Amino acid sequence: MAKYLLLKHYRGAPAAVNDVPMDQWTPEEISAHVQYMDDFAARLEGTGEFVDSQALSPEGTFVRYDGDGRPPVTDGPFAETKDLIAGWMVIDVESYERALDLAGELSAAPGAGGKPIHEWLEVRPFLAAPPTITE
Amino acid sequence: MDEALLRTLTPTVIGVLVRRGADFAAAEDAVQDALVEAVRVWPDDPPRDPKGWLVAVAWRKFLDATRADASRRHREVRVEGEPMPDPGKVVDDTLQLYFLCAHPSLTPASAVALTLRAIGGLTTRQIAQAYLVPEATMAQRISRAKRTVSGVRFNQPGDVATVLRVLYLVFNEGYSGDVDLAAEAIRLTRQLAAKTKHEEVAGLLALMLLHHARRPARTRTDGGLVPLAEQDRSLWDTRLIAEGVDVLQAALTRDRLGEFQAQAAIAALHADARTAEETDWVQIVEWYDELVRLTDSPVVRLNRAVAVGEADGPRAGLAALAGLDPALPRHAAVAAYLHEHDGDPVTAARLYAEAARSAPSLPERDHLTRRAARLNAELRR
Repeated sequence: MAKYLLLKHYRGAPAAVNDVPMDQWTPEEISAHVQYMDDFAARLEGTGEFVDSQALSPEGTFVRYDGDGRPPVTDGPFAETKDLIAGWMVIDVESYERALDLAGELSAAPGAGGKPIHEWLEVRPFLAAPPTITE
Repeated sequence: MDEALLRTLTPTVIGVLVRRGADFAAAEDAVQDALVEAVRVWPDDPPRDPKGWLVAVAWRKFLDATRADASRRHREVRVEGEPMPDPGKVVDDTLQLYFLCAHPSLTPASAVALTLRAIGGLTTRQIAQAYLVPEATMAQRISRAKRTVSGVRFNQPGDVATVLRVLYLVFNEGYSGDVDLAAEAIRLTRQLAAKTKHEEVAGLLALMLLHHARRPARTRTDGGLVPLAEQDRSLWDTRLIAEGVDVLQAALTRDRLGEFQAQAAIAALHADARTAEETDWVQIVEWYDELVRLTDSPVVRLNRAVAVGEADGPRAGLAALAGLDPALPRHAAVAAYLHEHDGDPVTAARLYAEAARSAPSLPERDHLTRRAARLNAELRR
């Protein structure tokens, strides 16, 4: 088994096909979307492939150390051009292909007009622990 | 096996060990070990005297641990042999434990964890699950908390207000994992209320009962939030409401008002209305005025603006909102609501979407997004 992070972006990914902000959907379309996401996570729990998922607030701040005796500094909220993570799901699956399949399914969640969003999700393999047997 | 009974006995047994001379941290560990053994042994061999059994086993665990510790460190142990006599007990042990676990030297998160373990009798694993952190992290938080309070004398009276803040935090966490933290907070507050006549303890208990009563109506089957005005009030738990109102009324007659009593009074007025339209908003605003006087909290002023909007119309609500910092949590949501009722769906939809972006939880975000979506859909028609 190998772990993968499925990353959803607020910003920084190419635009989705069905790219309509959620507050422009109908309430029924929002319900359908939420239901799809819940069902997806529940199904992966059922197959023993779900690890974790988390949504993030769009508010973010950069911080860095700025020398002894001075407080860390931030450059304020993200500028419009910066990559912005919306949330993630961690899955533990048999193969890279399975990870891609699942990401594809997740990207098909219904959006405006009940049509799939076709949003771009980023699939990132976890770096694993070194194997015990090396020769 | 009666796990509820087991957990109820936890603080009492810790109290007995501390009175016999064990320090709090060691007593707490020993009682946890005894609880684990009880869970293992009781189903097949239930004791006739559960408390006596727990005291005996916990004391033995304590002595074993102390001896092991002592031989390891080649140190003299004070607590060998005869139990120490009761050092002039002034206050109830369990009450003392509440004060210790909510000691001002602890961070709120540590106080919550320690309270749930030492008074609630929950295992570290259960507490970790409830707060969605790894068990090792929670174990560390608890042992650090115990070190922090290790120098505190057990017989010193504490501040009820700090205890109430801790219990309030536990209640507000809701529930995840197999522990219902809201129910646990009610149990601990009820237990505390039985030991002290403090009005605010009663106020907090009433507040919890009145809010817990609404829980069945508060979420849809899909997890979505149902706002108060739209809740199916037939789902409210009338038994909890009746108890909450009784507890509150008894406290209010003592005429020592505090913020929890005032908050409970507002919850009671909502509980009293058979439909949302019957809500006595004028009285609710009066209670908010009391709350502002008691706390001077901007969050209270924000909630007051909602109540003013209902009592005197959305314009009055917006006027009450005017002086408040827009950076306040949920400010945009309140503004959206008032603009919606003032007949300005365009502004309201924009503010709901803005509120959704800064929502602190997923159900709130979904709820606010739906509000924006509904208004936008109507505007397109």
